[in-house]
Amino acid sequence: MLWEVDITPRPGHADRAAERLAQTACERGLTPNLTAATARGFLIESASFDRAAVERIAAEVLCDRVVEGFVVAPVDDPVLTNPPAGFGESHLVQVLPKTGVMDPVALSAERAIADLGLAKPLVRTLHKYWLGGIDVATAKNIAKQLLANDAIEQVQFGPLTIKSLDAGTPYTLKLRTTPLAGLDDAGLMHLSKSGQFYLQLAEMQTIQKYFGDLGREPTDIELETIAQTWSEHCSHKTLAGRIAYRDEHGERRFENMLKETIFAATQTLRKQWGADDWCVSVFKDNAGVVKFHPEFHAAFKVETHNHPSALEPYGGANTGLGGVIRDTLGTGLGAKPVCSTDVFCFAPPNTSADALPQGVLHPRRVLQGVVEGVRDYGNRMGIPTVNGAVCFDERYLGNPLVFCGNVGIIPPDKAFKEPQPNDFIVAIGGRTGRDGIHGATFSSAELTSESETASGGAVQIGNAIEEKKVQDVLLQARDRGLFSAVTDCGAGGFSSAVGEMGEKIGAEVWLEKAPLKYAGLSYTEIWISEAQERMVLSVPEQHWPELEALCAAEEVEATVLGKFTPTGRLTLTYDGQTVGDLPMDLLHNGRPPVVRQASYEPRPAPAFTPPKKDDHTAELLAILGALNVASKEWIIRQYDHEVQGGSVVKPLVGLAHDGPSDAAVVQPVLGSPQGLVISCGINPCYGDADPYDMAASAIDEAVRNCVAVGADPSRIAVLDNFCWGDCEQPATLGSLVRAALACHDVALVLGTPFISGKDSLNNEFKYTDASGERRAIAIPPTLLISALGQVADVTQCVTMDLKTPGNVLYLIGETHAEFGGSQLALLHRQPGGAAPKVRAEAAKQIFTTLHGAIQAGQIRACHDLSEGGLAVALAEMCFAGGWGAEIDLPESSLTVATQLFSESNSRFVCEVPRELVDEFEARMVDTPHAKLGVVSESPLLQIVAEGKQVIDVNIAAAKVAWQAPLKFA
Amino acid sequence: MSPKVLVLRAPGVNCDEETAYAFAQAGATPLRLHVQELLAHPARLGGFQILCLPGGFSYGDDIASGRVLGNQLRLKLTDALEEFRAAGKLVLGICNGFQVLMKTGLLDVDDAGGPQATLTWNDHGRYEARWVRVSTAPSACVFLRGMEQFELPIAHAEGKIMFRDAAAQDQILGAGRGVLKYVNERGEVATQFPANPNGSIAALAGLCDSTGRIFGLMPHPERFISPQQHPSWTRGPERKEGAGLQVFRNAVEYFA
Repeated sequence: MLWEVDITPRPGHADRAAERLAQTACERGLTPNLTAATARGFLIESASFDRAAVERIAAEVLCDRVVEGFVVAPVDDPVLTNPPAGFGESHLVQVLPKTGVMDPVALSAERAIADLGLAKPLVRTLHKYWLGGIDVATAKNIAKQLLANDAIEQVQFGPLTIKSLDAGTPYTLKLRTTPLAGLDDAGLMHLSKSGQFYLQLAEMQTIQKYFGDLGREPTDIELETIAQTWSEHCSHKTLAGRIAYRDEHGERRFENMLKETIFAATQTLRKQWGADDWCVSVFKDNAGVVKFHPEFHAAFKVETHNHPSALEPYGGANTGLGGVIRDTLGTGLGAKPVCSTDVFCFAPPNTSADALPQGVLHPRRVLQGVVEGVRDYGNRMGIPTVNGAVCFDERYLGNPLVFCGNVGIIPPDKAFKEPQPNDFIVAIGGRTGRDGIHGATFSSAELTSESETASGGAVQIGNAIEEKKVQDVLLQARDRGLFSAVTDCGAGGFSSAVGEMGEKIGAEVWLEKAPLKYAGLSYTEIWISEAQERMVLSVPEQHWPELEALCAAEEVEATVLGKFTPTGRLTLTYDGQTVGDLPMDLLHNGRPPVVRQASYEPRPAPAFTPPKKDDHTAELLAILGALNVASKEWIIRQYDHEVQGGSVVKPLVGLAHDGPSDAAVVQPVLGSPQGLVISCGINPCYGDADPYDMAASAIDEAVRNCVAVGADPSRIAVLDNFCWGDCEQPATLGSLVRAALACHDVALVLGTPFISGKDSLNNEFKYTDASGERRAIAIPPTLLISALGQVADVTQCVTMDLKTPGNVLYLIGETHAEFGGSQLALLHRQPGGAAPKVRAEAAKQIFTTLHGAIQAGQIRACHDLSEGGLAVALAEMCFAGGWGAEIDLPESSLTVATQLFSESNSRFVCEVPRELVDEFEARMVDTPHAKLGVVSESPLLQIVAEGKQVIDVNIAAAKVAWQAPLKFA
Repeated sequence: MSPKVLVLRAPGVNCDEETAYAFAQAGATPLRLHVQELLAHPARLGGFQILCLPGGFSYGDDIASGRVLGNQLRLKLTDALEEFRAAGKLVLGICNGFQVLMKTGLLDVDDAGGPQATLTWNDHGRYEARWVRVSTAPSACVFLRGMEQFELPIAHAEGKIMFRDAAAQDQILGAGRGVLKYVNERGEVATQFPANPNGSIAALAGLCDSTGRIFGLMPHPERFISPQQHPSWTRGPERKEGAGLQVFRNAVEYFA
């Protein structure tokens, strides 16, 4: 019998969901007239429950009786459609997760009901909305815009018609083959697209020939396995492939572009360091690993989850963070996650709803969903989210970017893995369902306005508690030595995990053994499902009983799925029948090489002359309120940034704990003074001038952020995340190669090795506009550089807030007139000329000297100069510290606007105690530095140039300007 | 004697390590134990002097905060917990552990009409992480002995203490059990966000039972053990230790 329990606020208690809904409907311009009432509901199916049992469940499990009341009835009882007492005429909208979509609340409820001593039922949650004061059309619009997402949810207007929650139907094996013989090129490409393989012609031809030579057709599972292994997402064939590149310096051919640029810089550095090499494992495991502490190395990985987040922001970001945490867990023999970083790129949240192409969610909804997705996963896992950034640009409208990063620590003797022949293949964690089919290949395609319907299966919701349990088990099993290798089930599911682990051995997989969420999955669906929260272990047979018992004690499901048999082949069976049989060599080495063309043409931009002004205060306030500069406190406070107890420099610092920290510092080993520093650099606006300078600037920014809080510049590792458009276009690929060349050059000079990276290509959104024309929006080339620094003693760390009136302020580093993509140029709606350059040799010297001063205790506050230049940095330091500053700009050949707002790299403002000024200046003798003025007790930031006041602003007003834009309710 | 502390783990509990560390710093001997192990062997509880329910999201914590683990303790460990309490031992619930404690019956918030108090959604309806100032009321609460006003971080979505009705509120607060309150910078009871971060009735941040030996609070004392955990430690004043450490030390000294 299918029962429903509806829970509503008790009379006199606020219905906050309803209040929020009415407010949002008004803000988004949907209707000012909405009145709403809501209920959260549970559908409960069990043959044995009578009304009394369900009422007990409602009272003891589902409802908080102090503030809530409940209604219990069979699902078809009309009483369930009645609005709460006193609520007038209305439209009832009910929203349920689609069949098969992860419903973590329902899983908790099933478990809690069983704890009462009752039979475990099937449960599904729902949300009910009674909408009043509006017509049917508006109600439908609100349902679509605000209440439900077609990708994962179904909407029912009026009473539910659902009869049963059982999603499964029995499966009987039916072997399927896909005929390739005789297909011409067009036929192969049609198959590539219709099967969602997204392979290129040469690849399809290679597969056709392989099976032609064997004299048989491939089974569906074989084709899926090849498509997944060869997908852009899993093999990075574009960037790790052959590229013919041409720019103003001539032509260069790469056999493996990444290897010859970014990776090469790391190799050169490691060779230079010799015995002092502090890299441990780079570009080969799920995360890069470096030396850190006597008992722990540090691991770091940043991933993107762009396409799923475009379709379902909450689920996309949720599973994005869950996925990168599994990368940490799947590094070596399992690293312990200690903190996360999350960086997003969105269209402006105030974009007009009328400006949205079909199939695009409003950027405000995307922002909100993404933040909630990260929040709910990170907080539940108990992993502090300590760092991040948000960039806004209209070109992210159809294709937002979501970068999720995770840092872990791992004992040195657990940093490497090696599956052994005849080990069991063991899956632990979540069950396999039909969710996430084709995520790997989908993420390698471009988004279109139809993606939502075509690829909805690739969108998932995470279940953080499942992953937390997996983490608890995995780290204990690691320390007991129960497995020889581990990897995560990410894109490509078992296919990817087993295929990778068994590459050098071979594997035999018994697909019918996989535990399923519901019956009815075909052998292929089991193999390629990307259901979340699963890890694959390679377990020596003698350890299996102990592992099985450990998993049972921690309520984690563990299953032997097969064996790493030393055959060099991947053999897939279902109920004893072979359904797929491929040589590992074909999967990992069989992909045909493709030479891609890449070209870059420099775009000379007219030099930018800032408008001449006597007073720059208004410009400063406008830039403080620019979305890319403004406070992100509304986001940060939704993240637990202190769980695990290791937080030393928090994302918000200063007198009122609301100033923008340059980087986060965590102390991951409780009781040890050693700290890890996490920061990032990203500025897609610079790429419009030159992607080389953008990449170089991003590295400089990430590194200087790290150095600003006290990280040792000789121990900073960096990661790259390239998000680009369609790299089949030579100009697009060319701009990427140019950025990669910058990464190589700058990393080499700064001595900051790249230890891991990831790319996400095809970030374009295609749609048909109102006039019927086909259009595409490509994102601006976006490179995120994430940095992982180290401090020997966290008590030496420095924050950016001004500390004491009378202390002296210095500018460190050299200023040039560099406005390309700068905030001042954007404010005046101009390209701004050339982007800021990185003068890497000088930068290295500055970082090293500044670090010496920090270590010597000469610096009380330090802030890097980035968007908005000196003026913004000073204003932020003032309002974070609650003190003003009296600044007299040093004599200079540069214009005042340049001194105030240029965004030249490698610069800092430092606060030095008056009594240490001589010492400090002596240390800086070979480093570009200039005295700026003093910290003052007044509430004003006053800047004078050539005897005239050019900025005069109250720090409270500056703070308001900076906090207002993204301060959502 | 160093008292033994059972720091209870469960699926989704995630503050157990730093909480155990805090107890160890205070001189106790903590052991992190999974709830399944305790349910299988309830007698193990007798070997400890302190039971701590740490923070996190027990069992996903997405039905009503603390409900699933709270029910397990209430329904399956009834006798062992009653003995533990009768033996004069201590129970501490932090954040989600406080939410769990509210559902176990141990905090003396239930009467014949059901629960008299609950922890429900923050007024602004979302999760919030920030530092708050709290002040103690004179009380029998063992964990707050000698403590007056201090800062701690909160990190929760459901931390608003509400009572079923005025009578319930009068009964519990009249007995001096509202032992920890949010206060503003001037030390006055905080009525407004953000000093009162969740809209809690009477600015309550923590409650104890009628004996003073069972205590739950929403702020995280285990996150302020070392001076560098304070969000503005770089500004001074110099601190010897974090204010939260005293909560754990009080528990240890109770057995001295």
